[in-house]
Amino acid sequence: MLVIEDLQVKLGDKEVLRHIDLEIKPGETHVLFGPNGSGKTSLLMTIMGYPQYEVTEGKITFNGQDITSLPVNERARLGIGISYQRPPTINGVKTSQIVGICAKGDVDTKAMAAKVNFSEFLARDINDGFSGGEIKRSELLQLMAQDPQLLLFDEPESGVDLENMVLIGSTISELLQRDFKMNDGKTQKERRTSRTKMGLIITHTGFILDYVTADKGQVLYNGALTCTTNPREIFKCISQVGYEECVRCAI
Amino acid sequence: MRDLDKKALKAKEKKATLGQDIDLDSFKVGYVHHEYVEDLTTLSDSDKARMILAGVDAEEKERSGTYIQKDTEVVHVGSTQEGVEVIPIKQALREDKWIRDYYWTLASVDTDKYTARARLDLHNGYVIRALPGSKVIYPVQACLYLEKDGLSQHVHNIIIAEEGSELHIITGCATASHVQRGVHIGVSEFFVKRNAKLSFTMIHHWAEEMMVRPRSVGVVEEGGLFLNNYICMRPVKSLQMYPTTYLSGRGAVARFYSLLVGNHGSEMDVGGRIFLKEEDTRAEIVSRAITNGGNIIARGDLIGEVPGIKAHLECRGLILNGGSIHAIPELNGRADGVEMSHEAAVGKIAQEEILYLMSRGMSEDEAVSTIVRGFLSVDIPGLPPQLKAEIDRAVEQSDKDML
Repeated sequence: MLVIEDLQVKLGDKEVLRHIDLEIKPGETHVLFGPNGSGKTSLLMTIMGYPQYEVTEGKITFNGQDITSLPVNERARLGIGISYQRPPTINGVKTSQIVGICAKGDVDTKAMAAKVNFSEFLARDINDGFSGGEIKRSELLQLMAQDPQLLLFDEPESGVDLENMVLIGSTISELLQRDFKMNDGKTQKERRTSRTKMGLIITHTGFILDYVTADKGQVLYNGALTCTTNPREIFKCISQVGYEECVRCAI
Repeated sequence: MRDLDKKALKAKEKKATLGQDIDLDSFKVGYVHHEYVEDLTTLSDSDKARMILAGVDAEEKERSGTYIQKDTEVVHVGSTQEGVEVIPIKQALREDKWIRDYYWTLASVDTDKYTARARLDLHNGYVIRALPGSKVIYPVQACLYLEKDGLSQHVHNIIIAEEGSELHIITGCATASHVQRGVHIGVSEFFVKRNAKLSFTMIHHWAEEMMVRPRSVGVVEEGGLFLNNYICMRPVKSLQMYPTTYLSGRGAVARFYSLLVGNHGSEMDVGGRIFLKEEDTRAEIVSRAITNGGNIIARGDLIGEVPGIKAHLECRGLILNGGSIHAIPELNGRADGVEMSHEAAVGKIAQEEILYLMSRGMSEDEAVSTIVRGFLSVDIPGLPPQLKAEIDRAVEQSDKDML
């Protein structure tokens, strides 16, 4: 379980997150909406432990452990993983190598890559010249290898063409145990109630909801969470009246 | 030969245009005797270990020939594959008339006092030649080893890939573990004839007070390919080299790759210059430099003299822990229709890259080491797997020492 209590975060001199309270229970997936610059990525980076995001108040607890001041790699080890929107290129470091790092060596990289149609990229330098869709597939491949408990997705649909969107959507569903497999001997209800994976998905457009089911929607506006309800309802509201309405709710 | 001596004498005190001036008289000269070694496996363990670091395999596994010189003396020489000759240059100069067609024909004896010294007090050096059409599968290994502390070692090497041949050479220069101080002067002349392919991988493994002055010139004829790899990741006091290659035949290709690690107290001034003199010639210079406190100058100079040539220069530097990197990439197009480009970047490891790897579970140290190793891993097309393995090993070794 991820518990965020009264979290306040500064990036440089700027306050980017204000009094955030958020709880993601095992098996739950939340969708985080918000206009550009509202602090969505800041929240993900703070959960992941990026040092430039300075926690000035509040705390983050993961599976009972206070992780507020743990370094990034410790959080990864505890089971937090992230799919970045714009990951850096690292020259000379091959994609296959990173997949191995994520899995701590114990992985059939080729078979895994085939699942996200990424086999031909394994020998390439990580993120070097990757298109939008390729970056997402690479990020998902790494998450598959890492197999974390809490998965953070930063705009998984951005820059992805329609064809890739289906693959990306279904892969995220599977990673979050939200796919509808028919042949594992369990009923769909049993599958649902035995879910353990937690997810937090940032979306700007909401398109990801066509592919991934979610339990809760959150709106982040100007660094504060302004509403929590059914994600589809939030999406519909934003689609029709825009984020301007969030201003009124934020007051 | 007398003319050569005359010219050399005149240049005896001539300072080099680049690099710190070395007072050659403060180093020992003269002959140092070593017994000939029939079986390399009988070398001392410490010698073997040092040689392995410079790419020389004492068991001569997967090698087609070997040349080992200790100080001034050849201690082992021979080839194990038909079509490749490995001869000490002094012997060649005594016995083989044809060597005169090559000796000092590319490099000028009066370039500076180092070339002059290599003529006036030649210790030895190797001649490696692949006969016409012969494909030498395994690399020839050569090692110039310095065992006597304070010695000034002077060698001259000639490498010939005859028409249609393929030749791979790994050459290591190393010092015995007790050696601190010394000079190494190495003149090399490369001849890549029509449609021949030569790869030359040089790994330097010096000591902290070593002064090193290689002087190399090469020529590549029509359809020939010359791959020149240089690796120096160990401490050295002063290293300066600026090998030049002439692409003199249509379709000739030269690629220079260098990997440098400058440790505290090291001064490195390393570059490559390639003249593209005929249509369809191609040249590429790629360098990766890391400093840990040393000062590195990474040069590259491409000269496009005719239309229809293509040349690219890439120079990247990482400053890890003090020191400096000065990248000097030069492009010189002298005709319409040349295609020349360069990219250079000097900086530190991006925090973003470290955090990316940490978010996949690596510690900060592991992440830095992975990024550094990646930075140094350059794909070199056409290099045989044995040599790729040697380069990887050198990178791994330096990585261990760096962090």
